[in-house]
Amino acid sequence: MLRGEAITRTFGGITALDDVSFSFAAGKITGIIGPNGAGKTTLFNIITGIYAPTEGKVFLEGKDITGLAPEKLARMGMVRTFQGIELFPQMTVLENVMVGRHTKSKSGIIASAFKLPGHIREEKNIREKALSWLQFAGLGDLADQEAGSLPFGRGRILEIARALALEPRIIFMDEPAAGLNSRETRELAGLIRKISELGITIALVEHDMELVMDICEEIMVLNLGRKLAWGTPREIQENREVVMAYLGEG
Amino acid sequence: MASSDQILQYCLSGLSTGAIYALIGIGFAIIYNSTGIINFAQGEFVMLGGMLTVFFLSVAVLPLPAAVTAAVLVATLVGVIFERLAIRPLKDAQPITLIIITIGGSILIRGIVMLVWGKDTHALPAFSGNEPLFVGGATILPQHLWIFVITVLIIAANRLYFHHSISGKAMRACSYNARASRLVGIDVKRMVLFSFAISAAMGSMAGIIIAPLTMTSYDVGVMLGLKGFCAAIIGGMSSGIGTVFGGLIVGVLESLGAGLVSSGYKDAIAFFILLIILFLRPQGLFRKGETERV
Repeated sequence: MLRGEAITRTFGGITALDDVSFSFAAGKITGIIGPNGAGKTTLFNIITGIYAPTEGKVFLEGKDITGLAPEKLARMGMVRTFQGIELFPQMTVLENVMVGRHTKSKSGIIASAFKLPGHIREEKNIREKALSWLQFAGLGDLADQEAGSLPFGRGRILEIARALALEPRIIFMDEPAAGLNSRETRELAGLIRKISELGITIALVEHDMELVMDICEEIMVLNLGRKLAWGTPREIQENREVVMAYLGEG
Repeated sequence: MASSDQILQYCLSGLSTGAIYALIGIGFAIIYNSTGIINFAQGEFVMLGGMLTVFFLSVAVLPLPAAVTAAVLVATLVGVIFERLAIRPLKDAQPITLIIITIGGSILIRGIVMLVWGKDTHALPAFSGNEPLFVGGATILPQHLWIFVITVLIIAANRLYFHHSISGKAMRACSYNARASRLVGIDVKRMVLFSFAISAAMGSMAGIIIAPLTMTSYDVGVMLGLKGFCAAIIGGMSSGIGTVFGGLIVGVLESLGAGLVSSGYKDAIAFFILLIILFLRPQGLFRKGETERV
């Protein structure tokens, strides 16, 4: 599904990622974990087109996507959510998701000016689809609220709903549980499982080990910019090197 | 002491020029919201609207509706080319650099028009005659009605586009959060291009409908552009109703000032208002705080 080959990224003299290769299986939930400074976020940013790698390549279903801009990747079916929530606060919850369906819209500026009837139909269509994604994410009853007024946890869910509206094949989530309380985290876990059941591949960077071990089918462990281990949650928990990387040697 | 009829007269003509300022101001706001820059070439689109219509009417001998359409299309094209050549290649530049570039662009456009069509002032025929209409004790021209109707239509179309179409929503989304917009697959650069196209089209339309009243020449864009800028500042750079009120306020006060005090102060009044607003309420009259950017 998504493959990275020998990805290296340096910032000045610092090597944030050193020769990391990986392959995320289609339809699975893969977790990326590691101590602070392990290069998780850098890896994410490279995959999702925020940075270009110094060396190495990224392939989405065999196609080289190295260094493509986020909006191009979004159109190719790859979306991401951010650790800090990135919404359109002055728009309603529903409008936020509708904008997510922008890429599915055919009518550009000219079409909207001249083909009004078809346009109204499309708008209605987009509204309905957006609403169904909101309901899927459990935000259906907040549709008309201003997105900026949502509590943090709801905002995170909305960001995921908006990403889903793009009908992606793969979603990257950067610390989706950060800042959530335990009830919200449980809801999030449920939502992530539901998304996975739709056949969408999911990759997430997360510090909440309980969540990672609970929902991920495969886990990649990074440490100091290198891939330390790869396996099922059970294998990772039993891996001595991983335990040492987290607890320090001694 | 001025009679109430006179005051009504000043207000009516003020409202019609104010409507023009509002259209120009919205053009400023649309570009500002999508790029964060003030496009000082906005006035030149206004000038191009009038001058191109004159050209298509007299040289190409097109009927008025065709000439107007052609003029708007060409002005829009100029807006698009301007964005492509002057703004896009420098997309990572500081806003101040881009703003200076727009000033340069405006001088260039004005210069080209002066070279091609000369420094003469041109008249555009009124859209439907010059038979005055009586409103209370005041008179207005049919052209004033054209101005009101076209302005209302453009503003309504604008609102419909930005709030009820997915492409318009995407443009608004860019102005709220460009990073999130890219995440959902919106091509921000394309939206910037759209904003220049829309602003150029609106500005040129404003220049066309005012030209029968005020005449047009290669340099009308400077003053009209600055007045539109006043409107946008009063409206807090909103592309909606705030700027419409801003334009009407500038238009009416200017017209009252010119009529009741001295017509020599006509232009000074708009800038006096601009300065007061910038000193006292830099976020505009119709905005709650500086954080909101609509």
